[in-house]
Amino acid sequence: MDWSFRSDQPIYSQLVQQIRLAIISGTYSPGQRLMSVRDMAAEAGVNPNTMQRALQDLEREGMVCSQRTTGRFVTEDPTVIEQAKTKYAEEQIRVFFETMRKLGYPREAILALLKEEEGKHADT
Amino acid sequence: MPILECRELSKHFGSVQALDEVSLTLEAGRVIGLLGPNGSGKTTLLKLANGLLTPTGGEILIDGLAPGKETKRIVSYLPDRPYLAEWMKVSQLLDLFEDFYDDFDRDRAIEMLLRLNIDEEMRIKEMSKGTREKAQLILVMSRKAKLYLLDEPIGGVDPATRDYILETIIRNYNPEAAVVISTHLIADVEQVLDDVVFINQGKIMLQASVDSIREEHGMSVDQYFREVFRC
Repeated sequence: MDWSFRSDQPIYSQLVQQIRLAIISGTYSPGQRLMSVRDMAAEAGVNPNTMQRALQDLEREGMVCSQRTTGRFVTEDPTVIEQAKTKYAEEQIRVFFETMRKLGYPREAILALLKEEEGKHADT
Repeated sequence: MPILECRELSKHFGSVQALDEVSLTLEAGRVIGLLGPNGSGKTTLLKLANGLLTPTGGEILIDGLAPGKETKRIVSYLPDRPYLAEWMKVSQLLDLFEDFYDDFDRDRAIEMLLRLNIDEEMRIKEMSKGTREKAQLILVMSRKAKLYLLDEPIGGVDPATRDYILETIIRNYNPEAAVVISTHLIADVEQVLDDVVFINQGKIMLQASVDSIREEHGMSVDQYFREVFRC
């Protein structure tokens, strides 16, 4: 998995976002066993305590669960993943509309542009 | 008990005040960046922790003890300049470290030497500046110490090696040990640090976690440092 970090946000919250995205997009599949905290930290090039904190946050969300002896796993609950996916999609759309409004497009124009763009991809 | 504690620690060189009543506590299980401009007192602090200098005032304690024979057993120190005998081969240095330190893990050192393509038959004097630095750091990191004090460990090495060294620090992470990295290359090390200590003109200006600085100021530690120390 590729990791990249912005400078204006805490590293742990970016880890949470990137791992969550990997789960909802299927890069990590449901029920998959995750690497150890140390290995994940080494792969991402971050401090192990920071990775630990991120995974604990994801555990609280129910995206991953830990079994004391065997390690951490991606959730197998499809509703948890589906809900996170919906939330992520809504957030993307909200950001999109916000950007377009800042550019000065009224609602109808945004929808028209969306339709037009969608038409270009009709075959794909 | 903190792994390193300074209580109103001062060090003067003649009229120069290198450290000025520094009080600082570092806990085990953390990777700490000691950050400050040139001449801020970083190296002096690390030398005091190793007993290479004696305090002018106050005290410094390693795992509750004043620096000495007992603390050298648990402290692995990388000085800011070359200190290995030029005529020695890598294999002889491995012997030397094995003799000197109970906690030296020869297999780990050999594995790292292989990864960085350093031949055991090579002598220090035959090495480039960067290769020397790598060899020194491998020896220091191959001890299972409780406190690693690394003075500018990544200054002279190429970016790929830098990544490998930082990865090594992460992989060697041990909840019982603390790693102190003194550097001014903040952007390179920021992601592997838990906490940072800003030092300037012999005084501690700030001790905070990397993520709390990013949260509070909305910028990286590197950017924040540039702002605090703007010339």
